[in-house]
Amino acid sequence: MDRILSELPEFFSYYNVIFLLKAAGTTIALSAIGCIFGGLIGAGIAVARLTTGWVSLPLRILAIAYTEVFRRVPFLVTLMLVFFAFQFSGFRVSTFTVGCVTVLLIASAFLAEIVRAGLQSVHANQWDAASAMNFGLMRTIRYVILPQAWKVILPPAFGFFILFIKDTALASYINVAELTYAGKVLNNKGFAAGLTFGTILLIYFAISYPLARLGAHLERRLVPSRTRSD
Amino acid sequence: MFHLELDQIEASYGTLKVLDGITLAVSPGEVVGLIGPSGSGKSTILRVLTGLLPPAKGTVQLDGERIDFGSAKAVRKLRERIAIVFQQYNLFQNMSVLDNVMIAPVKIRGRNKREVRAEAEALLAKVGLSDKLKQYPDQLSGGQQQRVAIARALCLKPQILLLDEITAALDPELVAEVLDTIRLLAAEGMTMLIVSHEMGFIREVSGRVAFLADGKIVELGEPAAILDTPKEARTHDFVSKILRH
Repeated sequence: MDRILSELPEFFSYYNVIFLLKAAGTTIALSAIGCIFGGLIGAGIAVARLTTGWVSLPLRILAIAYTEVFRRVPFLVTLMLVFFAFQFSGFRVSTFTVGCVTVLLIASAFLAEIVRAGLQSVHANQWDAASAMNFGLMRTIRYVILPQAWKVILPPAFGFFILFIKDTALASYINVAELTYAGKVLNNKGFAAGLTFGTILLIYFAISYPLARLGAHLERRLVPSRTRSD
Repeated sequence: MFHLELDQIEASYGTLKVLDGITLAVSPGEVVGLIGPSGSGKSTILRVLTGLLPPAKGTVQLDGERIDFGSAKAVRKLRERIAIVFQQYNLFQNMSVLDNVMIAPVKIRGRNKREVRAEAEALLAKVGLSDKLKQYPDQLSGGQQQRVAIARALCLKPQILLLDEITAALDPELVAEVLDTIRLLAAEGMTMLIVSHEMGFIREVSGRVAFLADGKIVELGEPAAILDTPKEARTHDFVSKILRH
């Protein structure tokens, strides 16, 4: 404890704080790219899986293959695959780009399943009624299905987001300077592990807690709770 | 010319053939009752006519124009002229009563919102639900929900209205309020195909009654002929069983 207290002033030096903030920024960026763009791509994949008819069959097969593969491969393995795929193809990209592509692949596959489950949780008769009134797929989802599916989509989606923020730590394996990487660097510089990783823990908490609150807020706003009045 | 003509319609759910050569012609303003045991294909005819289940064989003509069920545009046009009321109401649970009625005319047909609102309110008044505009489906009784579903279908200004066992999910005391609405529509000259087990009601509102079994129309004729003096043994069995209960 004495060691931690004596290291505090040096640990929170201007350069270290900037280093940690930049690392936190990288973690937030990776997480945000995964959650937002992964969510959008995942929603697209989920809708592709809901199409019917022979014309869209290849699209459905592709969507199923994508979600089944990337949900099953561990994050680290996907990260390495993407890393070596870029090396093999000769594209020179930063490790951050490799991290971004990886989070997109993983997050979109998981979120596609969460969104698909949500959309399919809405009773088939809602789809029938919308079809019979000429809504078409996208307008059925927008006006009828999605408003009813939020309650099924939001809790697991935000649960996934929070898990996912922690998973981005694995990007440190390819030297993406995110929070865990920053912790390792500071620890290697000689700062106490308790101080270093305790600080990292608090920053992770500071990132994920507002997200959990946002999830709860959206649930309240988008999922109306009504009871019978008669 | 007939308003609606089905010729040798066949339709299946997967490998199960549900309609096996349905031929039926409906004149403008006519009300045809479809009766028969469960699984006979009554509701499937309505699903075919709304494009929810494309027929495997046969043709459907609307005012002499053959419907190409393979064409999304043709199916869209068909659905602009035919509306359906489902057995389970199928109201959009996320919308108020008024929004349920207004959404398709406004968002899908692109009609003026104020105009549609006035029509929707008038239709909801007609089915006795003026005081429920802001309520949500789960705040209504079954009979009230079914009347909203009827108003929603009517707000689409269909030429033909399909009613799929609309009283089957209702408690007996709620049946009368829904049937009153349909009587009103029949009196106004709406062309309707009505699937129902309410024989008294079918007899009262239908111009003709079709008895279906195993995906075929076994007997077709005036209500009295089908319900009182059926020619076919199967019709007789069905009608006598139903009327006994």
